[in-house]
Amino acid sequence: MSATAEATVLITHDVGLHARPSVKFTKLAKSFAADVEIALAANGPWFDAKSIVKVMAAKAPKGTVLHVRANGDGASDAVRALIELVQRDFDEDAGHARSA
Amino acid sequence: MRIEGVAAAAGYAEGPLFELDRPQGTYTGKATAAEERTSLETAIDKAVNRLVAMVGTADSDAAGILEFHIAMLEDDALSGPAFASIASGKAADAAWRQALGAEIAGYEASDQDYFRARATDLRDIRDQVLRALTEDDQRAAPAGAILYGADIAPTRFLQTDWSHGGGIALKAGSTASHVAMLARSRGVPMVVGLGEPFTGAAGMALLDAEHGNIVVAPSLPEIGAFRQAASAFAARQGKARTFLARPAATRAGTAVRVQVNIADPGDVDAIDIATCDGVGLMRTEFLFGKTLPDEETQYRGYRKVLEWAGGKPVTIRTVDAGGDKPVPGFTVEEGNPFLGLRGVRLSLARPDIFRVQIRALLRAAPHGNLKVMFPMIATSEEYERAAALFAEEQAALAARGIAQRMPPLGIMVEVPSVAIAPEAFAGVAFLSIGSNDLTQYVMAAARDNAAVAHLNSVRHPAVLRLIGAVAAFGRENAIPVSLCGDAGGDPASIPSLLEAGLRDLSVAPAQLAMAKAAISDVPV
Repeated sequence: MSATAEATVLITHDVGLHARPSVKFTKLAKSFAADVEIALAANGPWFDAKSIVKVMAAKAPKGTVLHVRANGDGASDAVRALIELVQRDFDEDAGHARSA
Repeated sequence: MRIEGVAAAAGYAEGPLFELDRPQGTYTGKATAAEERTSLETAIDKAVNRLVAMVGTADSDAAGILEFHIAMLEDDALSGPAFASIASGKAADAAWRQALGAEIAGYEASDQDYFRARATDLRDIRDQVLRALTEDDQRAAPAGAILYGADIAPTRFLQTDWSHGGGIALKAGSTASHVAMLARSRGVPMVVGLGEPFTGAAGMALLDAEHGNIVVAPSLPEIGAFRQAASAFAARQGKARTFLARPAATRAGTAVRVQVNIADPGDVDAIDIATCDGVGLMRTEFLFGKTLPDEETQYRGYRKVLEWAGGKPVTIRTVDAGGDKPVPGFTVEEGNPFLGLRGVRLSLARPDIFRVQIRALLRAAPHGNLKVMFPMIATSEEYERAAALFAEEQAALAARGIAQRMPPLGIMVEVPSVAIAPEAFAGVAFLSIGSNDLTQYVMAAARDNAAVAHLNSVRHPAVLRLIGAVAAFGRENAIPVSLCGDAGGDPASIPSLLEAGLRDLSVAPAQLAMAKAAISDVPV
């Protein structure tokens, strides 16, 4: 069954969608069968969310509203999981919101 | 020119010198685009594998950077343009340089500091692949060559085909290193500690690893004398071989069990089970090699050895990583690794990895006469924790209806605390003295340090007294005691070990005959 899903999220991580966050982001994106893309604006350009080279090329700093869309099997799960990863600041220790 | 060193594995080798630490070459273009493509693919794989290996020992910041590099290298979007220009006739190195150059320029043009800084990473990624591309891929030594260099990695030793002879000559190195151990076990002549005069040697050489020297650019009389000594050595070995088929016994007729030490399941292919009393030590860290083996790989390796041994005992030691045997993704980097997280300490600290090995052992046990021992035990609590993990995994396997059996569980005696106070271990199934580590810990002399090699003697009275005490403890408590260190196969040490009360030795397969011959000369 094919499906499409799209959502946006504000990047709050200090350095944005950069090296280490991008590794986690693309790894998570690759765990879904659906095609997943990101963009910095609703009208694109869209970048393949499974390619770290493309995700890095999007150059999304802190404060960017990131658009995530997916098409195919598990599209809505993929979008939800990726949005949540960004909301969790990529599970990185930013010195706050984290207990020992 | 004759250079003196220290013999690390007895034997004679005559052949061309082959330098281990060759300088990097330049990339040689290939005949077809398909070959260029393969070169680049291979180089990228090589760079990725090296990074993966480094992640294992890196702290989390460094690992984050390495994982970024790995992810970039594994992304087809990075290499795609390079493969496209290879298809249109470019050489692999130029294509890669051009593709990465474009990426680097993109980062350099960024108005954000963070992104401009990533250009450095991209350059690093570019150079890692270029290095892998320009390395001399024909680094395999010619058949029968004498490998020489500062030192040699165990993996390099294992990758070398020794079936056509050859030997090892090292400027540094140690007779107690793992390569020396492997060399003795495979019968590869090896000399260490040749020092600086050996720098820059080339051409034909004569390696005398019985006395510990090498002759570079030999004269005709030197070649003649060498060949005579080599054939005399071979004759002595041949005589010892007559002992091979017989059970070992001393001059007084006392029976001595002689088992073999093996490192790789494949080692048994070259050993006739009739010539030994079983496997006294099967190391498992070499099975671990560069990556952590899964349960099935381990199970198959253990089962192979058990089936080869028939009903004879096979004592498998749980992984003894750490110390001078790092395993990427498992061991940790430490200032003083011999006194750190190694052996059973590491296994207990990483139960996720340990449990995989335990399950493989429990499943292999029904296929033969398996015994399992833990390395680097210092306290009885460690033994109990390890044994409890075996019990837990056995129960879990049984609940799933998987065939398994609990093997007798013993310990290595190599930490002095155990040898000094063995009474804490009256409950173990057997004791196996690891004389290499016991000696290095009693003498406080690292086994991989040539500068203190003279202190590293199992025949020091302090070491022999401990061995004697452990043997006596075993007799009094009906706990079998054996010895599986290098001393067990050393004809010069065998009399002292038997006099200390040992009747069970485990030796390198190549030393089996010499050890049995030496035992027959001992009066006890």
